[in-house]
Amino acid sequence: MNIAVCVKQIPDQSVPGRLDPGTHNLVRDGKLILDDSDSYGVEMALQLVDRAGGGEVTLISMAPNSELSGLRTALAMGASKAVLVSDPSLAGSDALTTAKVLAAAIRRNPFDLVMAATESTDGYTGTVPVQIAELLDIPSVSFAKKVEIENGVLKVQRQTESGYDEVECPLPALVSVTAGVVEPRYPSFKGIMAAKSKPVDVLDVAGLGTGPLTSGQEIVSVRDAEERASGTVVIDEGEGYQQVVEFLESLKII
Amino acid sequence: MSLSKIWVFVEPSESGVSSTSLELISAASSIAPLVEAFGYGVGPEVSQTLGDHGATKLIAATGLDGVLAGTAVASVMAKRIAGDAPDAIFFAATPEGRDAAARLSAKLDLPVCTNVVNLLQDGADLVSEHAVFGGAVIVSAKFTSAGPGIYVIRAKSFTAEPKGGAAAAFEEVNVGDIGSAGKAKIVQSHVEARSGPKLDEAPVVVSGGRGLGQQESYQMIEELAKLLNGAPGASRAIVDAGWVPYSYQVGQTGKTVKPSVYIACGISGATQHMVGMKGAKNIIAINKDADAPIFTIADLGIVGDVHKILPKLIEAIKSKG
Ligand SMILES: Cc1cc2nc3c(=O)[nH]c(=O)nc-3n(C[C@H](O)[C@H](O)[C@H](O)COP(=O)(O)OP(=O)(O)OC[C@H]3O[C@@H](n4cnc5c(N)ncnc54)[C@H](O)[C@@H]3O)c2cc1C
Repeated sequence: MNIAVCVKQIPDQSVPGRLDPGTHNLVRDGKLILDDSDSYGVEMALQLVDRAGGGEVTLISMAPNSELSGLRTALAMGASKAVLVSDPSLAGSDALTTAKVLAAAIRRNPFDLVMAATESTDGYTGTVPVQIAELLDIPSVSFAKKVEIENGVLKVQRQTESGYDEVECPLPALVSVTAGVVEPRYPSFKGIMAAKSKPVDVLDVAGLGTGPLTSGQEIVSVRDAEERASGTVVIDEGEGYQQVVEFLESLKII
Repeated sequence: MSLSKIWVFVEPSESGVSSTSLELISAASSIAPLVEAFGYGVGPEVSQTLGDHGATKLIAATGLDGVLAGTAVASVMAKRIAGDAPDAIFFAATPEGRDAAARLSAKLDLPVCTNVVNLLQDGADLVSEHAVFGGAVIVSAKFTSAGPGIYVIRAKSFTAEPKGGAAAAFEEVNVGDIGSAGKAKIVQSHVEARSGPKLDEAPVVVSGGRGLGQQESYQMIEELAKLLNGAPGASRAIVDAGWVPYSYQVGQTGKTVKPSVYIACGISGATQHMVGMKGAKNIIAINKDADAPIFTIADLGIVGDVHKILPKLIEAIKSKG
């Protein structure tokens, strides 16, 4: 069982994000970390390979620079190797361009399954995984909250607007997982040490052979949204509920 | 020049067609004279409602045979686009809508922009507005490449407005064999039963978060919601923890709600949560941390313990009868 897991390295989300005033791209300098949303896919892939009794988890990533720290985290969790497409021309890529790059990188190694997060924490377009599936001409199951493989058949519980669907699908296929799917492990000390020597294949766009890539959209302006003014804040000393009652009364809710 | 034709992906609901689909039809019909709806799981019974909101035609995909709906409808759209291309294509930001937009975009090499909260016309161009950083910043974008642009639009960005149009013309298209994309099949669907008003239509929403501490405490949220004729909702943290189903989730990846009153209990106010409830007319927050971000948008904030405040609040409302 060989699984390609798409992971994104993103700026630390505890630091507020900002847009470059010139290019309007999200500023991504400084140290990049593994997107938390991706740790679920990595964990799921490791478990599936384990249960299958062998195979490799290969990380697939794209970045405008050759930053590796986020990938090292996922390698420390147990992934075998990584492919990083790193090229300054990829700064500000749109979703389809990202999908083209990742699909080309995935093709470099044999795979039975592709995993991704439903959406990234910092960009959250939420279309890249299924775009990758279309480019690779394989079936996809998005919004997976439970994933199993039985006799070469992928079995997924997929979240829907009103509940969930049980979906089955032959391999190769792509699954995008939600955050609840598994509990990601913490890298062990041994894992962290081992990750330092695991292979990372770094290439640029020319090395991928996708042909020219152009983003089909441009940002025309950026402005602050109207702020919602905050109202009264009171500290509960036993009677705080009364304030809520009065507020609801004033709105004629009760 | 202006836009002449827009395609809109429409999804079914218990009442026929989803309210978000009607919002998109209304938005499209305010921009272009021809609005064609592409749906699944709907038939001629929704033609009148769609027409009333401005759709001129309904093309319903049939014979899905378990194929995921977004994938199926994208293939119908892709086959039709040659010779009949629209100027823009709208999808709602639902699981199905996102699948369809993604498949179509990659199939036809068309750019897609997501998280759209508003659309403005600029001559022959459409400018889309996107809320980023939890709705604090609005980014406006435009497509630069040829061909129809694909827009994935957040629910409640537009108002569904009946304007008295004639019933939409109805056409059925059999999905047929769609190759490897069609190999993922639904073997069983589970609908999670909910009572009371729908989360995204309820006038009052009471949501609970991790601050409830344990699953059992969610009962207080349900009880309060019921007393106020509202719907119970949740942050993603407790959906991930398995306390409540995903259909309860409010936010970036869940439902967008715009009730008259939103009561957030034990919810910190992460940007991804706020983007789904910031549009509420009135916001009440109960959180024991005075610095919780949720207080920056609350009309009334109570700093305190949900376990102490909610039981008293429930009692007080009950005693008012
Ligand atoms: C790509 C992506 C998409 C996401 N989509 C969504 C989404 O759709 N919806 C969503 O909600 N989140 C979403 N999230 C998750 C979001 O970032 C937060 O993690 C989540 O909203 C936190 O939920 P919470 O407020 O319940 O938990 P926490 O952030 O842990 O907050 C719990 C709060 O409870 C308070 N508290 C604790 N005990 C008590 C008590 N006894 N009484 C009162 N208050 C108490 C604490 O002070 C704290 O503020 C998304 C994240 C990502 C990365």
